[in-house]
Amino acid sequence: MPHINLGNDLPGMRGLMAFSPATAEPMNLLAEILLRSNDGLTPTERELIGTHVSYLNDCFFCQHAHAAIACHYLNSDKELVDDVRENPAAANISNKLKALLNIAALVQNGGKYVTPEAVAKAKQEGATDKDIHDTVLIAAMFCMANRYVDGLGAITPTDLSTYPPRAKQVAENGYGNHIFSAKQPTAQ
Amino acid sequence: MAHIDLKNDLPGIRGLMAYSPDTEKPLNMLAEILLHSDDNTLSRGDREMIGAYVSSLNDCFFCQNVHGALAQHYFQCDMPFIDNIKRDPIAAQISDKLKALLAIAGSVQKGGKYVTPEQITQAKKVGATDKEIHDTVLIAAAFCMFNRYVDGLGTWAPQDRQIYVERAKIRAEEGYTNMNLQRVVPGELPEKG
Repeated sequence: MPHINLGNDLPGMRGLMAFSPATAEPMNLLAEILLRSNDGLTPTERELIGTHVSYLNDCFFCQHAHAAIACHYLNSDKELVDDVRENPAAANISNKLKALLNIAALVQNGGKYVTPEAVAKAKQEGATDKDIHDTVLIAAMFCMANRYVDGLGAITPTDLSTYPPRAKQVAENGYGNHIFSAKQPTAQ
Repeated sequence: MAHIDLKNDLPGIRGLMAYSPDTEKPLNMLAEILLHSDDNTLSRGDREMIGAYVSSLNDCFFCQNVHGALAQHYFQCDMPFIDNIKRDPIAAQISDKLKALLAIAGSVQKGGKYVTPEQITQAKKVGATDKEIHDTVLIAAAFCMFNRYVDGLGTWAPQDRQIYVERAKIRAEEGYTNMNLQRVVPGELPEKG
């Protein structure tokens, strides 16, 4: 049960955003820019970074919500998404994405944990300054989102079949206040 | 030196915001609503103090000084008063309500799951509303983002803490949206060699 009376029974971040639409607006704008852009990193890579950081922060709602979005983009390759979420170093992804996921994991520990070596490695694998910037800010944004969701004890569905329909809604319409104001998708 | 070429020599988050104007807008919109907007029952000073406290726990020199100086500006106190709150909020001369909210913020800094029902009960007992608890958690969470953004990209920070006190007056007046990133105070930027 949430720590405060949200006045709604929407799951995870959706319930918090419906409680506070004023702060939801910039948060959704930020998510739209950072997670939907195709400039440099792909939307899939961006969602995978968020998924891994949410896993490291042990945020059940966020890791499964964003894993489901990545999975939607990857034509339901759940195995790959699960590999990246839990152990990117061993996953079947590019060395560049591995190096960026390593930076994201360091950001999850704290900003000062990012080393010049980790950045040099990402550049060596072809990451641009913008890729590195976006990776750090995506990881940092999830350190906010995960804490917001768990810090207020948001409702967390444990039935994983409820995540893909909501993921499809985000994949098709992007991030915005519609994710809590529109009719909620239901499990197939 | 920053980990990437920011193409400007502005300190802390201002250098990042000048580098990435697209993300600057929502970041400052969020800061404006959470920290500066007067449509809030928590004072600006209390909200900035929550940010400064979380930034000190995250060991982010730039953010704790920017927001500590803003809290100092709003509280009309001196720097040691702010430093004492950061060091030991329980022993500080602040309201029981702010103490309870800072305890929640301190837990959020560790991770969302560290917030306990007892901390929430205590905050409500000393008068915190649901909205105030919501804002406290989101401010603390937002600073866990800002601090990581600033230090994760290795930005530089002025070491003279008085510079932050001078800047706080500007920020209190201007707010966060439509921020003039280029506006600097004397002595803020490093000497060009």
